[in-house]
Amino acid sequence: MRRPLLRGGLRMRLVVAFALVAVVATVTTGALTFRAARTDLLQQGQDTVITQFRDGVDSLAPSVAFPPSRTDLLSFATGVSHTQRTANWRVMASYDGMTATSRPGDTFAELTREMRESVRTKAATVFQRVSTDHGPALVVGIPVRFGSTPFDGSADSSGLAVFLTVSQDSEQGYVDALVAAVERATVPALVVAVLLALLAARGVLRPVRALRRATRDIAEGHLETRLAVNGSDELADLSHTFNDTAAALEESVAELRRMEARARRFAADVSHELRTPLAAMAAVTDVLDEDAAQLDPDTATAVRLISQETVKLARLVDDLMEMSRFDAGAADLHLDEVDLAESVRRSLAARGWQDTLATLLPPPDTARGRVDPRRLDVIVANLAGNALRHGGEPVRLAMSVHEAPGAGPVAVIEVVDSGPGIPDDVLPHVFDRFYKSDTSRTRTEGSGLGLSITAENVHLHGGTITAANHPEGGAVFTVALPLRRDR
Amino acid sequence: MPRLLLIEDDRAVREGVELALRRQGHDVAAVATGEDGMDRLRSFRPDVVVLDLMLPGMTGLDVCRRIRADSQVPIIMATARGDDVDIVVGLEAGADDYVVKPVQARVLDARIRAVLRRVGGPDSGDGMPQPETHDDLTIDRAGLTVARQGVPVPLAPSELRLLLLLSASPGRVFSRQQLLEAVWEHSYHGDSRLVDACVKRLRTKLGEPPGQPRFIRTVRGFGYQFSRFTQPPRPAAR
Repeated sequence: MRRPLLRGGLRMRLVVAFALVAVVATVTTGALTFRAARTDLLQQGQDTVITQFRDGVDSLAPSVAFPPSRTDLLSFATGVSHTQRTANWRVMASYDGMTATSRPGDTFAELTREMRESVRTKAATVFQRVSTDHGPALVVGIPVRFGSTPFDGSADSSGLAVFLTVSQDSEQGYVDALVAAVERATVPALVVAVLLALLAARGVLRPVRALRRATRDIAEGHLETRLAVNGSDELADLSHTFNDTAAALEESVAELRRMEARARRFAADVSHELRTPLAAMAAVTDVLDEDAAQLDPDTATAVRLISQETVKLARLVDDLMEMSRFDAGAADLHLDEVDLAESVRRSLAARGWQDTLATLLPPPDTARGRVDPRRLDVIVANLAGNALRHGGEPVRLAMSVHEAPGAGPVAVIEVVDSGPGIPDDVLPHVFDRFYKSDTSRTRTEGSGLGLSITAENVHLHGGTITAANHPEGGAVFTVALPLRRDR
Repeated sequence: MPRLLLIEDDRAVREGVELALRRQGHDVAAVATGEDGMDRLRSFRPDVVVLDLMLPGMTGLDVCRRIRADSQVPIIMATARGDDVDIVVGLEAGADDYVVKPVQARVLDARIRAVLRRVGGPDSGDGMPQPETHDDLTIDRAGLTVARQGVPVPLAPSELRLLLLLSASPGRVFSRQQLLEAVWEHSYHGDSRLVDACVKRLRTKLGEPPGQPRFIRTVRGFGYQFSRFTQPPRPAAR
């Protein structure tokens, strides 16, 4: 089942099914009732007519002179028709090719040749239902016999036969009324069926809808979502299963979060604990550097080593602390409106890179925006430093301002180096913490957190950062920062 | 030789910083608690205080406020990264500048010298400039005093230097970065909260009504400017 059919489709399908059932049931019942009633009705009417006709014939036949003259036939036919004055009988008597009808000039068109023949040869009461232009009619034929018991089969046929045609309009009227009644019954039955279908659909759809809503809530991260379970049908079972699954999921996620929080907490605590001894060591590195020259060469080397590595260690712990703050969601943006081009220029100049990098910056005051100047400095310094360390010179830094649809103006900073580029298997991991692209290189200048911190700083601004390889070689890092001029 | 009071509870850090700063040419008195610090403040009469924010007992913030209650001695806070809130609270409590630990001795020395330069004597050279008036505010650039309606306003060194810079060019807009470089001698990418906190303290001391500053105006999206007042001054004229 494809989705478009299911959307609101369960209800529709139930309605259609119920309606079909209602129609089929009504029509079938109606048809059967109709058939039985119709047969009964017609049979009964026909039996009455035949009995009355035979009684009439039996009572008048003995008084007919034999062989009858035309006048005798006429009076006989008229007499028979008058036995049932209200029934509008048309009677015809025939004898040896001579006929007389109760109504003058009646052609008795309904009487078929077969019937006439049948009455003559079988010598028994014969009837036929025919339909005429004026509606259905019953035609009955009775041969008149000699003897006191004319119908015991022993008596001889007299050759006199009487025929009756009677309209069956009233019977047809009853039948029509029956059909109309069945038709009329179908409509309310259909309405009731549709209402029942809607009711049933509601009963099924409500839990289904609740399930769908709950599933969506879970997908959106509301793992505490549970369903209220009513009854004990299959849907209740499903709801139970859903609740169990959600509970298990919530438990797993909570456990994972606990573990992750512990790990991050540990990293933060370690950095914090390292900071105080480092503060003491960092304070005296300058003393070591100044006095190293007066020491013997080995001690001087050792002292300089301690001094240099202390500075690096301090930077690493600083980066770790920064990372912990990002993880804890404690990193704040201190926005200030600055000229980003000027800011980038100052970042490079502060590190003596103003002539090392080729820059393409927008003219003054065209790239103004609200950013955190310190974090922008970190972003630019890390990207430029990374390109100089791992890529190859020349390194180009370009900045431009674009109008992003729905996001306002965006500053795009692009740093391109001329190195070998980034291997494809490394590319997805360049922003990972401590990810080393070259396993043989045990340590680099940076802390291994530079690009991770850069990415975090960009994301904190609501911006994006991507790493790619330039078609002409070299790595390309692209940062897009929203300028937030509206606020 | 600048006299420097160091209040730092960790023994190793205290000894390291003391050693390094003494070698940079400072006369250092180092104490471990805020209470001792307050005692030494009176007897030692330092030119500058370097104050650890995280102190046992009396906190660095308390010390900062107690010092500011009757002294405008420059205060440099030493703080650990990750204590962002403390920085703002510390600046609002009256600290002039801050450094993030671990800090190298020469960085700390540079900050100390910068903060001391702020209260350096009057500009030598082209004579004694006359006290200038801006509305009911009197600024004496020679005597480095500020008075409002004739009542002296005691200003910490960063506040004084900021006011002198802004009021020297009424109407001119300074960006926070410019002020950071000029007043605090920080890099262009320094912490602009230093400027905001200092302006806030300055406005309070000048008795500016909240939300309607008369002297130091905020120029949204750019920075700050000192109001231009028409001459001659008419105190409280509106």
